[in-house]
Amino acid sequence: MSAREAIFARLKANRPAGDYPLPAVPDFAPLVGDDLVAEFAERLARMGGRVERAGSPADPFAPVRSRLAGAAVIASAVPEFTGNRDLRAAQRPQDMADVDVAIVRARFGVAETGSVLFTQDDLIVNAVAYLAQHLIVLLDPADLLTNIQAAYRRPEFGRSAYAVLHTGPSATADIEGVLIHGAQGVRSLTVLLLQRKIQAA
Amino acid sequence: MSEELQSREREGVIHPEVRARSDESERGPDGQRLQHAEAASKPIRADAPREPQPRGAKVKGNRPIDQAEAAERFLAAPLHQKAHDERLWDVRKKRDTAAHGIPEWEELREIASQIKAHTLTHLDTYLEQFEAAAKANGVHVHWAEDGAAHNRIVLDILQKHGAKSLVKSKSMLTEECGFRHFMAANGIDIIETDLGERIQQLDDEEPSHVVMPAVHKTRLDVADVFARTLGTDPDNDDAHYLAESQRETTRPLILKADAGLTGCNFAIAETGTVVTCTNEGNADLSGNVPPLQIHSIGIEKIVPKVEHLGVFIRLLSRSALGSPITQYTSHFRGPRPGTEMHMVLVDNGRSERLGMEEFWTSLKCIRCGACMNTCPVYRRSGGLSYGATYSGPIGLIIDPTFNKRKYSTLPFSSTMNGSCTNVCPVKINIHEQIFAWRKVLAEEHQIPLLKQGMMKAAGAVLSRPAAYRAAIGAADSALRVLPRFAVYNPANTWGKKREMPHAPRQSFHAWYRQNRMNKDGQS
Ligand code: SF4
Repeated sequence: MSAREAIFARLKANRPAGDYPLPAVPDFAPLVGDDLVAEFAERLARMGGRVERAGSPADPFAPVRSRLAGAAVIASAVPEFTGNRDLRAAQRPQDMADVDVAIVRARFGVAETGSVLFTQDDLIVNAVAYLAQHLIVLLDPADLLTNIQAAYRRPEFGRSAYAVLHTGPSATADIEGVLIHGAQGVRSLTVLLLQRKIQAA
Repeated sequence: MSEELQSREREGVIHPEVRARSDESERGPDGQRLQHAEAASKPIRADAPREPQPRGAKVKGNRPIDQAEAAERFLAAPLHQKAHDERLWDVRKKRDTAAHGIPEWEELREIASQIKAHTLTHLDTYLEQFEAAAKANGVHVHWAEDGAAHNRIVLDILQKHGAKSLVKSKSMLTEECGFRHFMAANGIDIIETDLGERIQQLDDEEPSHVVMPAVHKTRLDVADVFARTLGTDPDNDDAHYLAESQRETTRPLILKADAGLTGCNFAIAETGTVVTCTNEGNADLSGNVPPLQIHSIGIEKIVPKVEHLGVFIRLLSRSALGSPITQYTSHFRGPRPGTEMHMVLVDNGRSERLGMEEFWTSLKCIRCGACMNTCPVYRRSGGLSYGATYSGPIGLIIDPTFNKRKYSTLPFSSTMNGSCTNVCPVKINIHEQIFAWRKVLAEEHQIPLLKQGMMKAAGAVLSRPAAYRAAIGAADSALRVLPRFAVYNPANTWGKKREMPHAPRQSFHAWYRQNRMNKDGQS
């Protein structure tokens, strides 16, 4: 008997008696007010992230200019900004080891938690979102959802090979509860509120 | 009262010996002190001078673990014991605040518990569904009956790829399997990437807590370990310096690792997805950087649908650390282009446990650690004193399923205050199961004679489960109505030479509301 068969045989034999139906999950009222941008910004700040409104149409990246100016290697996954490390040309994830700033666009944000979602398609190279020292995230305010429950109704989770919610930067407090950003992944996460360019249909 | 003491009072520090000195924690854009991840809500610092770190239980083969002996040594190290107690109680209070922020909290717990009960009673169906979905996603699926089989399967995958090094994220399952030791014996370099777990690996010690593996160590201990193993300055105990040293030394190992492995918090049957929740992003580094990707999954981790994450993700981090979500909630479903993804589904006693009428619901556990943080015994004795993979209340009820003799004494390391049951996000009746284990172990003569004497004294009550069920039914009143023997019997480790720990303020208030305010017509 294979391990699989043995496990299944035991599961069938040991099934607890009784009826345990799958409960329906009610639609819980969102715990956020109507101003999703403000709610999102406040929650994200408490999780160690930052939110900036885009600059003028001529210079939408103005609020993060100093971060970009200090970066030698910038990997951009968005058409709005041209970096100097081509994600599409990367042969291996390790090629992203020296990236100072990565710029990616979030599929959506979650106001209840201050989270943003990326899929493998958005990141192009998944590892860049962790190997980079700093992460700049473009988010269209129209893409804000109320809560985690709404997030898990989105189709990305059933379609993407990889999907991830980021809520602030990499963090640890494993040493005496002292909170430190940049434990293993990015040291900072800044969300820049910038509308998506209207996509041609 | 001195001014310093008054300020401690204000900050709710319970031990005056624990210093609220400088505050090194990160601050937000507007200067407010941040408390996310496993951060303390206030500065908690074990006092200098150095005090040797108390080590865990002495494990002697199959002999019953003497948790009390190890606990005595922990208590005899007051700097460690107090900082530990303080830190975990702080996390517990953060959990309460987070839970109170959600009006539907109790409903969520009930739903989570029901989803788990349903899934566990239909596990064969959901595992088949998971396997089919994973295969359709291009994943290699493996089945392991026990820990040894898990280790052999992973070794086989590594050897087929000529892999010699593996980076991994925290996984209690791999601890269960003795994975690191097995791989070391087979010439595979294992690198833990969670900071706490890395500290423990470098110190050649097991994790002491399911969420905060090095919570029993002070910064001075960490400075010692890193000086010895990473060559850091032994006199520099700055937490930022220590964490950065770990980052700088681990990063190159991640970059050149041949393989990466993660554990699994939730496995989604309908999509074949493995979900991990971390604060450091180390599961994502382990899964996304090396060319070969492995996920180890306990078969009880299954939940039916993606929408159920909307329940569990809301409960997990709030229960564990008091934050609304972990920094990273990651959903691994299929391989990256040009790489292989393997999923190893591990039984290791779970299917047997499913058949144990009184204990199968312990399989609902989502390893949040809330029951440990709230447990007075755990907080005052440290996770290593249990000498087992799982410590604290959840350990008491699942360790004996792995080895009845070795862990026969653990179910006695409880004050039976019921606090664990009250905080459990999936509503496992932990303290009732602790009682039930005492009975089982007594009947099977697995417990030492001294403790059997206590069980005889228990006589009538223990032989009538319904009676003590009623006695402990209302957790708040457990301490008042429990038969005295169960709490203060001289054979009970936790009555011995100790007063019962102070009832948490929370339950005092609950008691006050129930017993006094009604009378005064105030509530
Ligand atoms: S038993 Fe409950 S409280 Fe304890 S770790 Fe498991 S889920 Fe958390």
